[in-house]
Amino acid sequence: MNAPFEGIGASVRRKEDLRFISGRGNYTDDINRPNQTHAVFRRSDRPHAKILSIDTAAAKAAPGVVAVYTAEDLAAIGGLPCGWQIHSKDGSPMNEPKHPVLAEGKVRHVGDPIAVVIAETKQQARDAAELIAIDLEDLPSTATVTDALKPGAGQLHDNAPGNVCYDWHLGDKAAVDAAFASAAKVVKLDLENNRLIPNAMEPRVALGEFDRHTGDYTLFTTSQNPHVIRLLMGAFVLGLPEHKLRVVAPDVGGGFGSKIYHYAEEATVTWAAGKLARPVKWTAERSESFMSDAHGRDHVSTAEMALDAAGNFLALRVSTLANMGAYLSTFAPAVPTYLYGTLLAGTYKTPAIYVEVKAVFTNTVPVDAYRGAGRPEATFLLERLVDAICHDTGADPVAIRRQNFIPKDAFPYQTPVALQYDSGDYFTTLEVAMKNADYAGFPARQAAAAAKGKLRGIGISTYLEACGIAPSAVAGALGARAGLYEVANIRVHPTGSVTVFTGSHSHGQGHETTFAQLVTSQLGVPFAQVDIVHGDTNRIPFGMGTYGSRSLSVGGTAMVKAMDKIIAKGKKIAAHLLEASVDDIEFADGSFKVAGTDRAKTLSEIALTAYVPHNYPITEIEPGLDETAFYDPANFTFPGGCHVCEVEIDPETGVTSIVNFTAVDDVGRVVNPMIVEGQVQGGVAQGIGQALLEHAVYDSNGQLLSGSFMDYTMPRADDLTNISVATENTLCTHNPLGVKGCGEVGAIGSPPAVINAVVNALKDYGVRHMNMPASPEKIWGIINAGRQAAE
Amino acid sequence: MPQVTLTVNGKTATVEVEGRTLLVELLREKLSLTGTHIGCDTSQCGACVVHVDGESVKACTMLAVQADGSSVTTIEGLAKADGTLHPMQEMFREHHALQCGFCTPGMVMAAVDLVAKNPQGLSEHEIREGLEGNLCRCTGYHNIVKAIDAAQPLMHAT
Repeated sequence: MNAPFEGIGASVRRKEDLRFISGRGNYTDDINRPNQTHAVFRRSDRPHAKILSIDTAAAKAAPGVVAVYTAEDLAAIGGLPCGWQIHSKDGSPMNEPKHPVLAEGKVRHVGDPIAVVIAETKQQARDAAELIAIDLEDLPSTATVTDALKPGAGQLHDNAPGNVCYDWHLGDKAAVDAAFASAAKVVKLDLENNRLIPNAMEPRVALGEFDRHTGDYTLFTTSQNPHVIRLLMGAFVLGLPEHKLRVVAPDVGGGFGSKIYHYAEEATVTWAAGKLARPVKWTAERSESFMSDAHGRDHVSTAEMALDAAGNFLALRVSTLANMGAYLSTFAPAVPTYLYGTLLAGTYKTPAIYVEVKAVFTNTVPVDAYRGAGRPEATFLLERLVDAICHDTGADPVAIRRQNFIPKDAFPYQTPVALQYDSGDYFTTLEVAMKNADYAGFPARQAAAAAKGKLRGIGISTYLEACGIAPSAVAGALGARAGLYEVANIRVHPTGSVTVFTGSHSHGQGHETTFAQLVTSQLGVPFAQVDIVHGDTNRIPFGMGTYGSRSLSVGGTAMVKAMDKIIAKGKKIAAHLLEASVDDIEFADGSFKVAGTDRAKTLSEIALTAYVPHNYPITEIEPGLDETAFYDPANFTFPGGCHVCEVEIDPETGVTSIVNFTAVDDVGRVVNPMIVEGQVQGGVAQGIGQALLEHAVYDSNGQLLSGSFMDYTMPRADDLTNISVATENTLCTHNPLGVKGCGEVGAIGSPPAVINAVVNALKDYGVRHMNMPASPEKIWGIINAGRQAAE
Repeated sequence: MPQVTLTVNGKTATVEVEGRTLLVELLREKLSLTGTHIGCDTSQCGACVVHVDGESVKACTMLAVQADGSSVTTIEGLAKADGTLHPMQEMFREHHALQCGFCTPGMVMAAVDLVAKNPQGLSEHEIREGLEGNLCRCTGYHNIVKAIDAAQPLMHAT
């Protein structure tokens, strides 16, 4: 019997699952170190206030308390750095206020940490934190971008006049203005992209440790990118060199962006561990997550499309206010600019685009990348605008999209907003999605629903996203302060099994499986004999981590490049053993063979020879079979596709049910279809959550009203339906695997599909647009108002 | 401090706890059974579901002292002693019903109780309603529902 196929293309069951289904995962909070202390932060309950005094005497005297620290104690360390610098229209660099680890002089959002208590037990630390007396004097505060820009609004930072971080733009304004001046029709839409709270199920945890004998620090943390944390915290905050600082991110329970960033708690526990020479552990309570994990989205925009008489898109003009929150989180400035403005061509050949984005400080939790990061905001804007065009002109939503799609033969396609798409076929994903969703059968289903008194609507979204982040030189030119390559070390052991050390980090994506499949395919090593190691700066040479759907296209390609080196070296060893010319050695299915003969050596034999080099070309090559590659991508990757959503609204309650959801995505070559399907379903669920349920709500002063799972509506099983996922792939042209990425497409494509469906269902009520979430209250209000008007 | 004696996964344990200690804290901190997770502080997420005397319970809603004398099963105790996985565990793996794995222990324990209590069989809709107390942020529930459905005949056959 043949062994089951476990290479590229197989839905191999996941390696990591056995430990997770048995309760043997190793999450950061599962780690406890000898002589460990516990940290609890005292946070601001005010949105904006001057700190008049902090009295820690009672807390310091409380049972079990080891130390209480405030900003004064941390005076020697730096603020939390921002990893991306944006320049404004006038060429000036963004205003970049200090983000202190603990609040200095002022608090700027509810949840801003003011002090930390370290005690023998968590309960003691919690009790003592209550005893800190903090005298605050309230200052005028704002929660929304529009309020923060008003004259007289409370100013968050002395070096950010008017609360503006930057005023950025992209595109050819003159060309756009000219197109608008001569357009047959202009369609304008004002819209908001609702603020979200990522809520990975595992709350953040940080455990710092210091070895007084070696002077080495270790930080165990819930991170998507431990090397990045080591760099940011070591170099910019604590002044620790890399060789004295180890960062470990073991099993991480979901991230969705929120665990990319370097957070104050990480720096505090690491610093305090050194100060106390004892391990210091902090575990977030969910209430803390709500007010300290970076939030997502929060845009207010105006979009305008200029059209000719035939319905061709001539020019797009977009103006956006993006909420940064109270401080700049690690990648925050990049999200509403280079991950948003550059995406505004979408799937369309719109010849001229101009976008301006003003980033604004408010008294809210910092906003940064959340699943999709900028691309969901761009997609929502574009795909809502296209449906608004249909509303205003009577155009058909499918026909107008097809009419304006970038043609199949136009790739590589240079957009007017910097990106060059390498491949794609939006016609096919649209066609297959319409077929899979039985789009043609919708009127009959709508009539059947109407007969039951329900309002049924259908909506489509044809999206494009840019991921596989990112070519370092391009990112650098755009303001990134780091490279965005990835690193892989492939170690073939003497008996032929393989360990892969990758700078990518898995927090649900199934890397231990997908990456092992790559090795199985490329080196012919059985799947069971491949292990993937990630998440430890002491074991992995370097890495930029996992976000922006980059792990397979960038991290996986680094593995392919390292395996190419393994094969090249193996060929030399094989040539020696087989007494043949290197040029005559072929490698396939785990075997080095002299071309045209049956003389061959297996990879295991070559590996053993490499480690036991008795008969070996020792003067030409070194022993060992262990190769490292750094791979810097040539371009972004460009997944795209079509999502079709069908909803049914109960007019009596305003509740929207998703009755069908169909995704057809182009994610490039698929390594594990089961995992891809799961990634898309999960992304779509978050997109449906954004569209119908989720909203981080502040009152006008900056008090977080949706601060728990009782107030913030997370999608539950009975809010969702089965999600049909298919792929129609074109290959990425610039990485050897042809892969594009699938982690974010679900969350990018789905929100406008849902809202387009809701608006479609409500078309008899004169609805042209609805901001997210399309809550029952909002919808019922519209229906009720419509009924009253009719009476 | 109060003393609590309970049976966890077949083993008896006696531990001293503060009166305010939650069952989930006892399991994680005193018994090092870290498979049971804490995902929230409002009993909304279900990451901490265990079985107490055969009933599915959110271990964050129960004080450790309330579990005195009880028999508790956690995710670590679900498989047979010889390591054979419970059908629910098998089906979660088979149907890719987990991604990051953090909600999984609670989800599996809740699902086992849900299916066990409904030998007549559950529809997809009923499974979804039965999962109301458990949050998953990764999967969109699609594959969790499939896994639970697939586990039904396997559980009822044994």
